[in-house]
Amino acid sequence: MASTDHPLALSLLAEIPMNLVWVAVAVLVLLWFVALYNSLVSLKNIGKEAWAQIDVQLKRRHDLIPNLVETAKGYMKHERETLERVIQARNAAVTATADPSKGPAAVGAAEAMLSGVLTKFLALAEAYPDLKANQNMLALQEELSSTENRISFARQHYNDSVRRYNTKREQFPSNIVKNFGDFPPQEFFEIEEPGERAVPKVSF
Amino acid sequence: MVSPGLFQYADANRRRSVILIVVAVLLLGLFGLLLGEAVGRVPWIGLSVATGLALVLALTAWTQGGALVLAASGAKEIGKSADPELVNVVEELCIASGLPRPRIFVIDSQAPNAFATGMAPEKSAVAITRGLRERLTREELQGVMAHEMAHIGNRDTRVMVLMAVIVGSIAILADIYLRGMRYGGMRSKGKGAAPMAILALVCAILAPLAATMVQFAVSRRREYLADATGAAMTRNPGALADALEKLSTTDRKLESATRGTQHLFIVNPLRPRQTLNHVFATHPPVAERIRKLRALAGAR
Repeated sequence: MASTDHPLALSLLAEIPMNLVWVAVAVLVLLWFVALYNSLVSLKNIGKEAWAQIDVQLKRRHDLIPNLVETAKGYMKHERETLERVIQARNAAVTATADPSKGPAAVGAAEAMLSGVLTKFLALAEAYPDLKANQNMLALQEELSSTENRISFARQHYNDSVRRYNTKREQFPSNIVKNFGDFPPQEFFEIEEPGERAVPKVSF
Repeated sequence: MVSPGLFQYADANRRRSVILIVVAVLLLGLFGLLLGEAVGRVPWIGLSVATGLALVLALTAWTQGGALVLAASGAKEIGKSADPELVNVVEELCIASGLPRPRIFVIDSQAPNAFATGMAPEKSAVAITRGLRERLTREELQGVMAHEMAHIGNRDTRVMVLMAVIVGSIAILADIYLRGMRYGGMRSKGKGAAPMAILALVCAILAPLAATMVQFAVSRRREYLADATGAAMTRNPGALADALEKLSTTDRKLESATRGTQHLFIVNPLRPRQTLNHVFATHPPVAERIRKLRALAGAR
């Protein structure tokens, strides 16, 4: 390949065996492939983790409700029915979350139901000044509004993660790399029930 | 490296940190050489003094930076029982951003302000003054804390500490040289030293100013970005705008803030009512930040 009339630089280049050049190119491509593959794995796991975080926060809500009802019971004697409905909705939500055979849709519906009765309960509680002044109730109120925020932030974070992962999956050249591993598209969390959109307004 | 979605500036800031260190080492080295040469034809002594100084400062900042700032501002760490709402708000934002929970501090001052510090998200801290804490609604508190968490997520705190080290080193070197000149002990000897001495003198006067200007320009940019990232975190830019409005209605200075820590705060603690966007301002004018946030809120 090396001819005598080549400039110095080119003739030096020609001295390098062509095999070595191909090996170098192959190594670079391999490294690039590994980097893309690993970033897909990271993004997939961030998405999974974000999904698990939603469940953690839903459980936090489930754990709070019995305390809330217990505290309110002494004051809201005439609202027994509402209190019972809150507990029922809470138990239904717990069952739906714990049952793996029920999909995210069933969990979403149960949680939407719970949000609905919680909103109603909190609106009713407004009419009891003694309850509103109760220290225990105030603390629970703060925990409840924080939990509602945590749930919606966890969902937001999950959707952010899914968007990043799915975009990476579809972009060139990672859309080729994704075929070499287990990288199914992730689903966005979508709010089916309008009641779910209305996070209970907690104001005391 | 996974590109962080919310913290789209984190990667850029990591690169910037590396570039900053390289440029700073080169500049400091040159500055040291020049001063050494001007003092007495001993450039290598100047060089080693400069690098030694930067090394000590950088090491201190890296290991103690966060703790020093917190101690200097008189911040006290609080637990959940002391202020459940504040702790909850921060923990909620950790969920929204995917960041680890920072340590939470309260500064016992009536001046309304807040800051974030720490060289890495795992070792970070957020602090708020009692004055600001008491004035804000829950939503506004969320806006302010989201701005601070944005600084942590974007790795602004690290860049700003590095900047402070560089500016500090240059200032100390220049100061040593100028003092030496004044007391006459470091006058250059021999022929041909005069132009070098003049050059060194000019550099010693101008370099700290130039370094400070660069530092503040970086700082102003960081503030706008943290506002935007914080708004993306809460999806509620209006609340931060409301909080900034409350912050800007005060003339009260934060007693414990210094020129060394002023750029860390959400609004400049020494000049809270600054309205002009000039080259020696650490923060953009609050009115301009509010305008940008309101535009974001309107666009939704």
